[in-house]
Amino acid sequence: MIRIEKMHKSYPIGKDSLHVLKGIDLHIKEGEFVSIMGSSGSGKSTLLNIVGLLDIHDQGNYYLNGELIKDMNEKKAAILRNKFLGFVFQSFNLISYKTALENVALPLYYKGINRKERLEIAMDYLDKVGLKDWANRLPNELSGGQKQRVAIARALVTKPKVVLADEPTGALDSTTSDSVMDLLKDINKEGMTVFVITHEEEIALQTKRIVRLKDGVIISDELTKIGKAVELCLI
Amino acid sequence: MFDLDRWREIFQSINKNRLRSVMSGFTVSFAILLFTLLFGIVSGLSNSFTSAFADDAQNSMQVRVRKTTKPFKGLQTGRVIQLRNDDYNFVQDTYKNKIEYQSARVYKNFTLKYKNEANNYNVTAVNPDHQFLEKTIIDQGRYLNERDLNEKSKVIVIGRLIKADLFGEKPALGKRLNVNGSSYLIIGIFSDEGGDNEERIAYIPVTTAQSIYGNNDNISQINLGYNPNLSLDAAIAFGNKIERDLRKKLNIHPDDQSALSVRNMAEANKGVGMFMGALYAIVILVGSGTLVAGIIGISNIMIFVIKERTKEFGIRKALGATPASIIGMVVQESVLITTIAGYLGLSLGTYILSLIGNSLEKDYFIKDPSVSPGIVIGATVVLILSGLIAGYVPAKRAANIKPIEALRAD
Repeated sequence: MIRIEKMHKSYPIGKDSLHVLKGIDLHIKEGEFVSIMGSSGSGKSTLLNIVGLLDIHDQGNYYLNGELIKDMNEKKAAILRNKFLGFVFQSFNLISYKTALENVALPLYYKGINRKERLEIAMDYLDKVGLKDWANRLPNELSGGQKQRVAIARALVTKPKVVLADEPTGALDSTTSDSVMDLLKDINKEGMTVFVITHEEEIALQTKRIVRLKDGVIISDELTKIGKAVELCLI
Repeated sequence: MFDLDRWREIFQSINKNRLRSVMSGFTVSFAILLFTLLFGIVSGLSNSFTSAFADDAQNSMQVRVRKTTKPFKGLQTGRVIQLRNDDYNFVQDTYKNKIEYQSARVYKNFTLKYKNEANNYNVTAVNPDHQFLEKTIIDQGRYLNERDLNEKSKVIVIGRLIKADLFGEKPALGKRLNVNGSSYLIIGIFSDEGGDNEERIAYIPVTTAQSIYGNNDNISQINLGYNPNLSLDAAIAFGNKIERDLRKKLNIHPDDQSALSVRNMAEANKGVGMFMGALYAIVILVGSGTLVAGIIGISNIMIFVIKERTKEFGIRKALGATPASIIGMVVQESVLITTIAGYLGLSLGTYILSLIGNSLEKDYFIKDPSVSPGIVIGATVVLILSGLIAGYVPAKRAANIKPIEALRAD
């Protein structure tokens, strides 16, 4: 699903440049539940942004769903994002003047689906995350956990291939964190590839595979207990 | 291209950010309001000037004579100049092609009497063309004609107010009027837009006046209407030429303005035309300045708005919005706001102008101020264009920010 070969990325800082990713090789297959761990500055957010087509890498190859990502223009990237990717952000990134339902329906608007159908599909997904009764609330009338569940519903509404979650529990307390992680696990159980970035060990342990990043290099890449168990079951 | 969903998005965005939308609309409304008022007032001034000259024909010229003030060819100053039929015929024969109407004028002051009512009035002896030169409006009967002149008939055309003075409500047409002792047939009653004085005049044939009163061929004044095909400059040149030729014919010093002069409407028209032209130029300058200020105002607000919405655009992009769809959304919103706001300003301006109406005519010479449909259409086009520009430039910039940077904005 995602294949990264010898990826480099640096950012210019004044006259110097900051080398953030130093030759990353990563292969994530369809249906995996991967967490990227690392302290801040390790390059994990940069990696997610590149995988999410929100940023462009300097060197190396990136294949998304078998397609080589190269010479992306904004329009092409926008279409691919809409088609293949769903985003969940630490700060939720809901549009403040739209209701929960309208926020969830927005990706479908860019997909060109008519309004009636859009709202029906969006309502199904809100129901899935348990927020059907909150559909007509504005984001600032929702709790943090509810906002993140709306964001997850929005990420799922286009039936993407990969859900990218950037510190999805970073702004939540432990109880709501658990409910959000449960939701992500459910999604993964249904066969969707989930890609989580976190710096919390407990969160990472709930995924199936942990990739540790330090100073722009992968220092370890191993299955968690859950991941091993699933592996054993498959065998 | 009508896209209901797109409009729904825009209305939602405007509705949820009312203060912002109202603010950006206000600058445009205000600019258009000022522009409309300015233009309306100048057109009101222009209307006043036009109607001030509406009394007489726009192409009229008058040859007037008085005493000489300069000696010439041994003739002394203070000589009284008298126009005669000979001069009238000279003008008629020499400038046939350049003249549309021609009439002599002999001024008299007579007592007009009907039964027991009598009063003194100015009686002017004229040719039939005089009707067109003076824009006399015949209410009843007819004006003087060539036959009256040839037969030196004792007929008279009286002003509406003379009729009112002497006859009251009773009919006057066809009655006989005592003019300085002789009996005249009333053949017509007229009105004139030049005011009351112009309606207390009576007209009789010039030939009748010359033969009955003094038996001479004296003329007080020659009135002409120059050929309307002449340009203003050509008409002015024509007036000057008549002046020169007649001074020469009557042995007057070529520069003796007092002895013989031609009062030429073309000169006044040219002056008014230049004045109005200058006024319109100023208005267009000031008006477009105001519009430009309005456009810059809305551009500024749009820049601010787009900065404020950068994060929203980032979110939209992450969800699959193309840059074009974001630019389109912002531009459409901006055009919608400018157009609506502009129309509000325009309607308010037109409404104020209609309230002003003719109330400022007496004191400020502003008559029926209004804006023409051409100006309205022009202003609309400018508004839509300005909305396009005001929205496009900052939206283009915002759409080109990388989504990752846009998402980081706060």
